[in-house]
Amino acid sequence: MKLRNLLQDIIDGRRMTNEEFALLYRQGDFLEIGRAANHVREKRFGNNITSFIIDRNINYTNICSCKCKFCAFYREKGDKDAYVIDKTTLFGKIDEAVSLGATQLMIQGGLNEELKIDFFEDIFKKIKSRYDITIHSLTAPEIVYIARISNLSIKDTLLRLKKAGLDSLPGGGAEVLHDDVRSYISPNKIKTAEWLGVMKTAHEINMKTTATMMMGSVDKLEHRIYHLDAVRHLQDETGGFRAFIVWTYQPGNNELMGEKISSAQYLRFLALARLYLDNIEHIQGSWVTQGERIGQLSLLFGADDLGSIMIEENVVRAAGLVYKMDMNKMVRLIRDAGRVPALRNTKYELLKVF
Amino acid sequence: MEKKMLEIQEKIKNNIRLSREDGLYLYNSGDLLDLGELARWKKFQVSGRNVFFNVNRHINLTNICVSRCKFCAFGVDENGKGGPYLMSVDEAFDYGAAAVDYGITEFHIVSALHPHMPFDYYVDIVRRLHETFPDIHIQAFTAVEIFYFSQISGLSIREVLSALKAVGLGSMPGGGAEVFNDDIRQKLCPRKAMSDEWLEVHRIAHELGIKTNCTMLYGHIETIEDRINHFIRLRNLEDETPGFQAFIPLPFLPENTSLSHISRTSAIDDLKTIAISRLMLDNIDHIKAFWIMLGLPIAQIALDFGADDIDGTVVEERIMHAAGAPTEKGISKEKIIKLIKESGYIPTERDTLYKVIRAY
Repeated sequence: MKLRNLLQDIIDGRRMTNEEFALLYRQGDFLEIGRAANHVREKRFGNNITSFIIDRNINYTNICSCKCKFCAFYREKGDKDAYVIDKTTLFGKIDEAVSLGATQLMIQGGLNEELKIDFFEDIFKKIKSRYDITIHSLTAPEIVYIARISNLSIKDTLLRLKKAGLDSLPGGGAEVLHDDVRSYISPNKIKTAEWLGVMKTAHEINMKTTATMMMGSVDKLEHRIYHLDAVRHLQDETGGFRAFIVWTYQPGNNELMGEKISSAQYLRFLALARLYLDNIEHIQGSWVTQGERIGQLSLLFGADDLGSIMIEENVVRAAGLVYKMDMNKMVRLIRDAGRVPALRNTKYELLKVF
Repeated sequence: MEKKMLEIQEKIKNNIRLSREDGLYLYNSGDLLDLGELARWKKFQVSGRNVFFNVNRHINLTNICVSRCKFCAFGVDENGKGGPYLMSVDEAFDYGAAAVDYGITEFHIVSALHPHMPFDYYVDIVRRLHETFPDIHIQAFTAVEIFYFSQISGLSIREVLSALKAVGLGSMPGGGAEVFNDDIRQKLCPRKAMSDEWLEVHRIAHELGIKTNCTMLYGHIETIEDRINHFIRLRNLEDETPGFQAFIPLPFLPENTSLSHISRTSAIDDLKTIAISRLMLDNIDHIKAFWIMLGLPIAQIALDFGADDIDGTVVEERIMHAAGAPTEKGISKEKIIKLIKESGYIPTERDTLYKVIRAY
């Protein structure tokens, strides 16, 4: 009963503390948490729309010096299947994406010492001159790496990329924003402060970003709460995060292996994230890592967006997970949950309501 | 909550039976989480915080079948494709015996309608297993098989069941119920027991003191009305001749069947069906979230939607897997215990008749 009152307080607008998050995660009732998250979603949007975007992931290289333990995608330079994308392939992929209705490109790749800022400036400019499409690309670890090998500050790097056509940054590479976790699963990747620094700098030059989390590898609840706290804190300061997305770690084809976190835990966390992150508009459910069945249920647990119809995704696929999604399936999935499907763009403007 | 939902809630809290109309309402409107909470409340009245499972060995004697239902991917012709097989009495015995060391408490025998094997074959298998392993419960033969045994042996249903009981049959599974609408049965499974016949077999089994389960195959060409009607017919039979232990809703898995154009039921439909069956079937104690067909994630979540049983840690299952059930063919006890605990329930190993073996 006490926890129910606590949930009611939070629905009414009081900010959830870290201790309360832990308490609710450990002892809160699954259905009550879900209902509270849904209530807050309803209050925020005043409708029953679930949005989704059509985008294309383009992984420009798989050569990566980072070698995270949870990753099944990276290769060393000289490996048989190591690659850097050529322009013909790149534009071929974009042509295809545009013809399939994509409005967003997620160009992401490994940390490859041969690809300095001019490589990205060049492709972004060329893309913008040819296509009317949003470039939602390069994660914080890539930005830091590009800045370093190009001898630039983060700010100058972002400014130059923005000028070349970069619209916004996805939240990838956040994993869990706690250095104990990062030091173990991705020791060569930027630490928490640097990730937050890139986001902050992006927000300061008026570039919006997304915040993400990959939960369920070696992280404990305390680490995840630390992550949410850091994101909420920065959002108070800058307001530059459009959305929060939580993925679950995919064991398979990697060094870390381990067991996948249960879907019930995922839904519980997602719902509490909706309640905790009172300053972030959109909470995205993930059918990519959870499958369409749990993806659908995420809509009852606080998600207002279901990500996404991806024309190409290589990283999760490399870990052995392939779910297929197309527009009809997405629309049906959302409708079956009693929601109204709507196609959106990167800014979450609705393009078409089904 | 809407007015109608509040009315239904009142009924449930006061143990007033839900009507056909109530059932339809719950399917067609209302919030899934509200529904889940009601169903879970009802579950608490019956089985508290226990969630049951058992450890069993599925023995599918043959896949050669004269029935060839449209929703089935398991049955094949005797000389056709798909690897027709038939276990001899010895093979079936050995297959069962091989699992005894895994700590099983049940042999679960469900098969096809074989064109030539005589009734004695089935009797022999039950007898052999029971004689050698008298402490392992034998849950065997769906009503459809029993009805078929009666046809091929010339014995009455009562005689068939009595003969099996005499050699060690302990209880019957609930398969073959599909949906109690004979127009649909004519389309999907014309060559097997119709609705009345299925119910009659269970009635006689109950009269003979043989406990049974019941099922519903949903998500193919039936309507919501058909589903509610199905619940009501089961409920009526249980009122008249009690003996059902558990109801097991089975989502239709279209892959590899001749109905593969139909899409798989949604997770929401699966959870709704669990919850509504819990509320409609007020005289059947246990609602089973059958993980083999639901998948473990949904089966786990179903525990908060009225299910109180997660089926067995099956050593190996073939029929659902032929239809592309993407689950593992067996699952360890440790994994089931962990999932149940994680959801805040008490993992309770049971025998076939729901006697508690051990709570974890």
